[in-house]
Amino acid sequence: MNVQAEPVVADQKPQHERVPAPLIAYLRDYLARLRGGELGSAPAIVGLVVITAFFAIVHQGFLSAYNLEALVIQAAPIIVMAMGLVFVLLLGEIDLSAGTTGGLCSAIMAVLLLRHGQPWWIGVLAGLAVGLVIGFVMGWLRARAGIPSFVITLATFLAFQGLTLILIGGQGSVILPTGSPLISLENSFVPIWLGWTLLGIFVLGYAAIKLVDARGRRQSGLPATPVVVIVAKVVAVALLGSAFTYEMGINRNLITNAFFSNKAQGEPWAVVLLVLLFVVWHFTLSRTRYGRHVYAVGGNEEAARRAGVVVSRIRISVFVICSGMAAISGVVAASLLQSVQSNAGAGNTLLLAVGAAVIGGTSLFGGRGRMIDAVLGGLVVAVIINGMSDLIQGSNSSGYEWVVTGAVLLLAAGFDAVVRRGRSS
Amino acid sequence: MKTLELRGVGKSFGPVVALSGVDFSAAAGDVTALVGDNGAGKSTLVKCIGGIHRIDAGEILVDGTAQQLHEPRDAARLGIEIVHQDLALADNLDVVGNMFLGRERVGRLHTLDENTMEQLAAQTLASLGVRTVRSVRQRVASLSGGQRQTVAIAKSVLWSSKIVILDEPTAALGVAQTEQVLDLVRRLADRGVAVVLVSHNMNDVMQVADSIAVLFLGRMATQVRRKDVSQTQVVELITSGRSGELGLPAESRGASQ
Repeated sequence: MNVQAEPVVADQKPQHERVPAPLIAYLRDYLARLRGGELGSAPAIVGLVVITAFFAIVHQGFLSAYNLEALVIQAAPIIVMAMGLVFVLLLGEIDLSAGTTGGLCSAIMAVLLLRHGQPWWIGVLAGLAVGLVIGFVMGWLRARAGIPSFVITLATFLAFQGLTLILIGGQGSVILPTGSPLISLENSFVPIWLGWTLLGIFVLGYAAIKLVDARGRRQSGLPATPVVVIVAKVVAVALLGSAFTYEMGINRNLITNAFFSNKAQGEPWAVVLLVLLFVVWHFTLSRTRYGRHVYAVGGNEEAARRAGVVVSRIRISVFVICSGMAAISGVVAASLLQSVQSNAGAGNTLLLAVGAAVIGGTSLFGGRGRMIDAVLGGLVVAVIINGMSDLIQGSNSSGYEWVVTGAVLLLAAGFDAVVRRGRSS
Repeated sequence: MKTLELRGVGKSFGPVVALSGVDFSAAAGDVTALVGDNGAGKSTLVKCIGGIHRIDAGEILVDGTAQQLHEPRDAARLGIEIVHQDLALADNLDVVGNMFLGRERVGRLHTLDENTMEQLAAQTLASLGVRTVRSVRQRVASLSGGQRQTVAIAKSVLWSSKIVILDEPTAALGVAQTEQVLDLVRRLADRGVAVVLVSHNMNDVMQVADSIAVLFLGRMATQVRRKDVSQTQVVELITSGRSGELGLPAESRGASQ
């Protein structure tokens, strides 16, 4: 590294007088970060666009309203679980049991509902509470007893799978009561007017936060994001959101007619849940002292400890968050299937969520990751699974699907490793 | 009155005596070099001052008052800051994040007050005459060894530490960077901080120190003003514990004699 010896590149005057100087500085800064290996969300976005374009070309109807809805509700449980995993991964830990924790919590919920006649919200709260306790115990075992998280969560991965099997019992699945709000989460839709209103609130809120931030920085005499860039970002978010809301407004019920006016239109309620969870956790990670400490412990545990951060508390908390989110993910998955299977959360559930976080740009080695990674990576995973299932037909189709999904994950992780190597040299 | 004073400090690990009867002092505005061969007890002494090890004998005085140091937080509370070679910074945070780590400013709604922190970090670096760090929003991972030391040292200034202990600050640095860091060490002392420089490098020590303390096999051979000794004498003190009239009495030299 010999960058520090070079003087600040201040003698480069803006070449084009029409472009405001802050914009040039901003772009130059962004390019420098890209070259330094801080790619942010760029690879995930490019990957998402490329893969989506590929499937849209080879498979007509991939971007139809019907398929888009299927894609979103398929992605929802993966994204929720990945959001929780980001916290654990930020500390360089792993939670192999997130999938079966979600399965166990949803099984507890389903059993409370159907065998004990509890209202749905009691079931959800009980499931969530169990998730939080599980996270606390695993975090405590890791932080205080010093057992590697791989071992702890491998043990709980197996044990919870068994508990779910015992709870659900011989019949193989518990079917959620029809008409329950639990099923509505993934299978009924936000009224169109409400969808647009929520989008408006989201876009205005996003714009307001960005503009207030920039004004605050300018008032403090610090370089701020140019207004042009903010406007461009807000417009991009608004356009994407509008396109999605518009397409979700199309009726997808093929048997709607003059006599049968039952329509399927509007975005799934799960989208609202995803946005809410994203906003809460993004805020936590990027704007609170707690979030800063999570990054610090993930980056250099010893430095954090010396700076007075109580490392064990941070470590326990990320497991609590991860298992809590796993419980929510389990509920979403139950809503998607309208039932809880005896193998809920087993198999690939966890690995897909970890893959989502990693494809999004979260490092498995700790210290690097953001909430948006879970969302983008989860979408990539869902697009691949959804697209492959339409593309590959025949008796061995699911085999090919997994091979391709695996290859993409390897690509993403390989990319991560190459970027890391490039940065440290 | 010395800012930091150690009287008869002893520390054993089981049967191994790491320090015995060590006297040491560091005055405000001085750079006090702590030198000694490998295994002489430099690290142990630093850890005792930093509250990482508890001392078995003797006392540690800060501003003339005896203090009990049970854990690193006790040391931090007294204004003692140890700048370690590698352990000081989190690579994935930027300069501001590192300088305020553990002591973040929060504003309304309990959110991080990034603007104030960024201003203060930039001011601190500027007040130390640091021009090598391009932007305080750079990640520490992208900084060179010298820049990292600079940030770690600036952190202690930001928190107005009274006693700053630098553990081998130039060990991994090139010539130009070493020069920059030594400059910074001098400026730090000129602000009235008691700086303790732990180093192997005789050139660094002779260039920047006001006072030199030599540890020899767990005992303080001597602490002298820099201008009273030559480099040869210091080297002799390090290797054999005595040099002419200076150092340990002949009969009580290290156990190997």
